[in-house]
Amino acid sequence: MSPRHPTAHRDPIDPADIDMSAPLGARLTLPNPVLTASGCAGYGRELHRFTPLHELGALTTKTVMPYARSGRATPRMTETPSGMLNSIGLQGSGIDHLVTDELPWLAEHGARVLVSIAGERTEEFAETAARLAGQPGVVGIEANISCPNVADRGLVFACDPDASFAAVRAVKAAAGPDLPVYAKLTPDVTRITDIAAACTEAGADGLSMINTVLGMAIDTHTFRPSLAGITGGLSGPAIRPVAVRCVYQVYAAMRSGTLRPVPLLGMGGIASARDALEFILAGASGIALGTALFRDPSLPLKVRDDLRETLARHAIRSLADAVGLAHHQPEDDSRPRRTPA
Amino acid sequence: MPPTQTAAVIRRIEPVGAYHRLTLDAPAAATADVRPGHFGALAIGGPTSATLLRRAFSIHRADPTAGTVEFIFAEHGAGTRALARHHPGDTVDLIAPLGTPFPLDGGPQRAVLVGGGYGSAPMATLAEAILTRGGQVAFVLGAATADRLFGVAEARALSPHVHVVTDDGSAGERGRVTGPLPAAMAAIDATDVHSCGPMPMLKAVTTLAAAAGARSHTAVEEAMACGTGLCMSCVLPVTGPDGVTRFLRSCTSGPVFDGTTVRWDDTGTLPADLEGAAAMTPYTPKETDPA
Repeated sequence: MSPRHPTAHRDPIDPADIDMSAPLGARLTLPNPVLTASGCAGYGRELHRFTPLHELGALTTKTVMPYARSGRATPRMTETPSGMLNSIGLQGSGIDHLVTDELPWLAEHGARVLVSIAGERTEEFAETAARLAGQPGVVGIEANISCPNVADRGLVFACDPDASFAAVRAVKAAAGPDLPVYAKLTPDVTRITDIAAACTEAGADGLSMINTVLGMAIDTHTFRPSLAGITGGLSGPAIRPVAVRCVYQVYAAMRSGTLRPVPLLGMGGIASARDALEFILAGASGIALGTALFRDPSLPLKVRDDLRETLARHAIRSLADAVGLAHHQPEDDSRPRRTPA
Repeated sequence: MPPTQTAAVIRRIEPVGAYHRLTLDAPAAATADVRPGHFGALAIGGPTSATLLRRAFSIHRADPTAGTVEFIFAEHGAGTRALARHHPGDTVDLIAPLGTPFPLDGGPQRAVLVGGGYGSAPMATLAEAILTRGGQVAFVLGAATADRLFGVAEARALSPHVHVVTDDGSAGERGRVTGPLPAAMAAIDATDVHSCGPMPMLKAVTTLAAAAGARSHTAVEEAMACGTGLCMSCVLPVTGPDGVTRFLRSCTSGPVFDGTTVRWDDTGTLPADLEGAAAMTPYTPKETDPA
C-alpha cells in the first residue's frame, strides 16, 4: 500500500471481519453488494453454471415486458475499443413466462432477484410491476425507464422528467408497499440530477446508474452501420468514467440536500474490485457487473472477495462505511497530498 | 457435461495454410464428453484487454489423454490477430465445451461432411465418430483458394470419397461445394449431411440434402459476445415443430441446427411473424436447460 494512502495510518483488519452487507433502503439489505446488470445474465440459468446465483448480492433479470418480444434483427452486437455496442431490442419471453417458469427456478436456487421491467407506455410498466408482488425470490423491481415511450413519439422515458416521474409513480403504486423500486437512468441527458429528482419525487426507493450510452459504429468494409438497428447501447470499461461521474453527481446532490437521499446502484464497465470500489467511493451502495460477464462469467465472486480484501487492507470495517468517501474533504494530515511531479 | 472455465496454456500455435492451429493444454475441458460440433470460447489478452469479448471457435479435436483442445482459426479482426501473436506458454481463458454437437443418432449414418474454409475443423472427428458407429462418410471440402482449404489430408485418410473445390481452381475442381455434393450423396446413398461454413453455403447444402432425402445438420457461425448464452447477440430465426419461428441463440440452441428449420433468407432481418413473437425459449423445453 502506498504510504500516501488515506488509510495508511490504520492497521489492516482481517477480511473475515469485514461486513460486506449492502443496505439498499429500509426494506432491502443484500448480503453483499455485487449484482448482475440487467440484460447481461438473462434470467440466470446460464450464469448459474459459472456463478452460483445464491452467492450474488442479487441477480437483476433481463428486462421483462408485459408481452414477449422478439428483439431486433442481427447483427445485434459489435465490439468497440474497451466496450461493445448492442442493439438486442429487449428480446424476452414476457412477464407470464418469467412468473411461471423463471422465478420459481430462481427461488429454488436461492437467488435474490431484482426484476427489471419496462413498457412502451406508462401503463405497461404498471401492468408488469403488479405481477411481481409476493413472487418468490423477488427482492425488488428495477424500472428500466431508459426505453422509448410510444405515447411520446418514442422519446425515452428517462430523457424526460415528467415521463420518468409518471413511470416510476405507476410502478410504485402497482408494486405495493413491500417491493423497493429502483429507477434505471440513462446517461444521455443534459442533467442527470433532474431525472434523478423526478424519480425520487415519484417515490423511487433507489436509483441505478447507468444504462448504456447511445453510440454507433460503421463497418468500413461494407460502408454500412455495423448494427441492424443502426445505433446501439455502448457498454464496457469505455463508459466507466461516464458512469462514475453520474453516480458522483447524483450522490453529491443528495449530500447537498437538493435531492432526497436514496441508495444508488452503480454500474457501467465494472470489471474488477478496484472498479467496484471506484463506484462505491463515488456514492454507490451496491454495484452491478454487466458486459464483463460476457468475458468472465465467474467474475462476480472474484469481485466480491477481492473487494472484501481491499476493504480489509484499508481497515474499512464495513462496506457501507466506504460509500461516498470520495465526497469527503480531507480532514486530517494523513490524507494524501498531491505531490508535484 | 457443463462447460468448464479454465486457464489454458498454449502448447503450440502454428500456421496451417491461411489459418492457425492452436493447441491448448486444458485437461479440465479436454474430456471424453467433447463431441464434434462443440465449440470453445476464448478470452483474449488478460483482464484489462481492450478486446473484451470472447472469440468462439469450433473444436477441431479434444484429446483427453493428452489433455489438449485444438482449434483452427482465421485472422478476422483485432482479437484473432492478437491471438495469432500469442506464443507457446501463454495463457488464455477457455470456456468449453459449449453448444450442441452434430447429432449421431438415427442408426449408423451414411453421411456427407461438408466444410467451407475453416468450417472443416470439426469434420475429421465427426467422421471418426460416424465410422466408429459403423457408418460411412464422404467429404466435400471447399474454400476460396487452396491455402484456405483445411483438413484435406485427414479426410483422405478417413474416406475414399473426398471432393475438393476452390473458387479459383487453385486446388481440386473449380467451383462451390454444391457442385460435387449431389454425386457425393449418391455415392454413399447418404442419410445425413453435416455442414459447417458460411450461411449461404449452409442454405444451399440444406436445399440439396432435402432434395436427396437426407437430413441436413448445419453448424452456423454467428457473431457472439460471450458464447455462453448471456448476451443474446447470436440469434437466428428457427422454426419449431409447432410451426412457430423464434429467435434462438446459436450458442445454446446451436450451433448445430436442423438446416430445414432455419429460415436462411430471413437471417439479418426481423420477419413480420417474429415481431412480438415469443422468442429466446426454444420449443423443446430441455433445450433451454443448460445442464
